[in-house]
Amino acid sequence: MPHSLLIISRQPPWSGPNAREALDIALAGGAFDLPLGMLFLDDGVLQLLPLQSAAQLQQKDLTANLQALSMFGVEDLFACHTSLVERGMSPNELSVEPIQVLRDHEIAELIDRYDQVITI
Amino acid sequence: MKFAIALYSPAHAPSSRRALLFAQAVLAARHEIVRLFFYQDGVHSASANVVTAQDELDIPAQWRDFVNTHRLDGVVCIAAALRRGVLNEQEAERYSRPSANLSAPWDLSGLGQLHDAVQAADRLICFGGP
Repeated sequence: MPHSLLIISRQPPWSGPNAREALDIALAGGAFDLPLGMLFLDDGVLQLLPLQSAAQLQQKDLTANLQALSMFGVEDLFACHTSLVERGMSPNELSVEPIQVLRDHEIAELIDRYDQVITI
Repeated sequence: MKFAIALYSPAHAPSSRRALLFAQAVLAARHEIVRLFFYQDGVHSASANVVTAQDELDIPAQWRDFVNTHRLDGVVCIAAALRRGVLNEQEAERYSRPSANLSAPWDLSGLGQLHDAVQAADRLICFGGP
């Protein structure tokens, strides 16, 4: 049985390469058909905001890459309900689907289910 | 037990020193390190161009000695390294840059090496990050 890996993305999309570098781990693992999950936590949920204007910051939009995760075999996507609510975001209006929105106790169970965890 | 160790923080970050001490402790306890993987700002610790004041801790030199002494598999993520100006001879030539600052014992390779290490190890221990 391959080891499962949960990638926890905690950084906002436009404050340096963190969000992209967390995503790159997921995309690389998906290519190897490994059991991967990705959880958006804390400021990481800001990556899921629809209608971002990355071009105004002369950045490449991450949204298309996030939406491609399922095509790369990363289908287990999660977002933290508390993090969304704290930032005034609606769990029903996220740019990436399907994604499971989890309560705090469910996040503890989620982390427990995976063999390994990477947080960026 | 087999450990994979990933480092995300730059040489001057406290977590970089903790990673080195942890790696040393792993071997001292007769466990195995299947791979060191430097990602994000951790790639700076593999640069040959870091100059540390004489009375300060030279973490990049200590990593280099540690990897050499124990003949470890030290992998630096190529995408993260290129983005931060850490290049070996081959990449410096490929992108027409004036100099290289990464050489043995470090290998530049892709994120597949991190996933490979996750599969090979019993434990993945990460240092740095948020």
